[in-house]
Amino acid sequence: MILTKIKRLFRAGAINFWRNRLVSFATIFVSVIALFVVGSLVFSNVILTNTLTQLENKVDISVYFKTEAGEPDILALKSSLEKLDEVKEVNYISQEQALEDFRNRHRDNALITQSLAELDENPLGAALNIKAKNPSQYESIARFLEGDSELVSSNQAGFFSVIIDKVNYRQNKQVIERLVNIIGASRKIGFGVTVALAVIAILVTFNTIRLAIYTSRDEISVMRLVGASNTRVRGPFVVEGIIHGLLASAITMAIFYPLTWWLGPKAENFFGGFNLFDYYFSHWFSIFGILLLTGIILGVISAAIAVRKYLRA
Amino acid sequence: MVYFDKVAKIYPNGCVALDEVSLTIEPQEFVSMVGQSGAGKTTLLKMLLAEERPTKGKVFFDSVDVCCLPHHALPEFRRRIGVVFQDFRLLPQKTAYENIAFAMEAAGRSDEEIAADVPQVLELVGLVSKIDCFPHELSGGEKQRVAIARAIINQPDVLIADEPTGNLDPINAQEIVQLLEKVNELGTTVILATHNRDVINSLNKRVVTMERGKIIRDEKHGRYVL
Repeated sequence: MILTKIKRLFRAGAINFWRNRLVSFATIFVSVIALFVVGSLVFSNVILTNTLTQLENKVDISVYFKTEAGEPDILALKSSLEKLDEVKEVNYISQEQALEDFRNRHRDNALITQSLAELDENPLGAALNIKAKNPSQYESIARFLEGDSELVSSNQAGFFSVIIDKVNYRQNKQVIERLVNIIGASRKIGFGVTVALAVIAILVTFNTIRLAIYTSRDEISVMRLVGASNTRVRGPFVVEGIIHGLLASAITMAIFYPLTWWLGPKAENFFGGFNLFDYYFSHWFSIFGILLLTGIILGVISAAIAVRKYLRA
Repeated sequence: MVYFDKVAKIYPNGCVALDEVSLTIEPQEFVSMVGQSGAGKTTLLKMLLAEERPTKGKVFFDSVDVCCLPHHALPEFRRRIGVVFQDFRLLPQKTAYENIAFAMEAAGRSDEEIAADVPQVLELVGLVSKIDCFPHELSGGEKQRVAIARAIINQPDVLIADEPTGNLDPINAQEIVQLLEKVNELGTTVILATHNRDVINSLNKRVVTMERGKIIRDEKHGRYVL
C-alpha cells in the first residue's frame, strides 16, 4: 500500500506539472536564473581564489649573499630557514645559476655580454628565494634574517651579517603589505557578495514557488474536504518541486557549456593560466551536484512551506 | 446520527451567526434546511465538517464530539461525510474520472477498486460518456453530478449538499434533487440547504427553517415558507 501511495504521489505530481505547463515553465525559468547565479558564484569564486593564490605565489623575498660566502654556510642557513613554521619553501640559487640566469636575461644586450666575458670571476652572489605560507609572515622571516628574532642566537646573528649582502624585503615591504591587504579584502568582499546574491536568488525562487502554489489554494481546500491526508495533499507539490529542481539544474548546466567555452580563453588571458571551460569539464559532476541539490532542496522546501500554510488554515 | 447541542457561533466582531441551535437528524433521513442568506445554514453545516468550531455548544456525529477531534483525525472523519457545493469545487486540473478517483485514493482504496467503482458511479449519475472530460468542458449540471458522484463514492454516512442547485436552471436543478433522493433511498442521510422553493415543495420531506441564526420552524413534511 505504501508503494501504491508513493506511486500515486509521483504520478499526480508529474501530471500536475504537465497540466500546469505555464506555471511550471515560469517556475523553472526563475529557478534557472537562481541556479545560474549560484553556478556563476561557484565559477567566480574559483577564479578569485585562483587569481589570489597566483598573486600570493608571486610574492617572495630573496636573500643575496656576499660573493665570498661559502656554499656550506648558505645551505646551513637554508636548512635553518626551512625549520621555521612560517616558511613554505626555500630555493637555493648558486652563484653559477645566478650568472646563468643573468646571462639569459640579457642575452640581447651585447654590452653586458661583453663586460661579463671580460671578467675573470663571477661577480654575482648566491641567493635564497623564500616563500612564506602566508604573505603576512614575511615580516617575521625578514626579522629572523636580520638577527632581530628570539629564534636567533647572537652568534648566529653575527654569522648572518657576515655572509648576507642584503635582504630585499625592506624595499618591497610596502608593496607586499598592500598586496596582503588587497587579497584579504578581496576574499571578504567575495564571500559577502556570494552570500548576498545566493540569498537573493533563493528568496526569489522561494516566492515564485509560493505564488505558484497560491494559485492552487482552492484546490488544496477541496482536497482536504474530500478527506485527503496532509501527505496526500502535500506530496504532489513536493514531487513537482523535485521535477522543477531537476529540470532547472539540467538547463543551467546546459547553458554553462557554451558560456564557459566562449568565456574560457578570454578569462584565461585575463586571469593568467586559468581556463573556465577546463574547470567546467573537470568539475562537471560536482558543479551539477551543487546545482541539482540546490534546485531540488529549494523546490521541495518552498513547496512544503507554501502548502503547509493552506493545510493549517 | 447527527446532533447539534445548543450550538452558538459568535464572530470576534460580535456578529452572531448561530444562536444556541439544537437539532437532531436521524439516520437515513432527508432534511432540507431553508432560510435567507445569512440565516446560518452554511455555518451549521461547516461545523458538522469541523471546518468551523462553535463558540459554545457541541456537535455530535454518532457518538463522536466533532469539536474535540484533533487536527490529524480530520481527514479520516471527513471521509464519512460527502459534500456538494453550489460552486461544484471540482479539481480543475483533473478529469471527471480523476476527480472521483482522488476521493477514493484519499480513502486508501486500491487501484482495482477505483477502476471498477468510478465508471459505476458515473453511470449512476448518467455521465459515463464524459468520463475523460475536464470540469471546464462540462456544463453546470454535469459538474454538479460529478461532484455528487465524488461525494458518494466512498459510501459516506451523510451527504451534505449546500445550495447544490444555486447555479443551475430549473430542469437541471430538478435532476440534481432527484439524484439526491436516489442517494437517500440507497441509505445515505442527506442534508440539503437551499433557497429553491420548487425543490422544497416537490420533495415533501422534513424542512428546517432558519432565521437570524435560530431555528424558527421544523416540520416533518414541510413546505417552503419564509
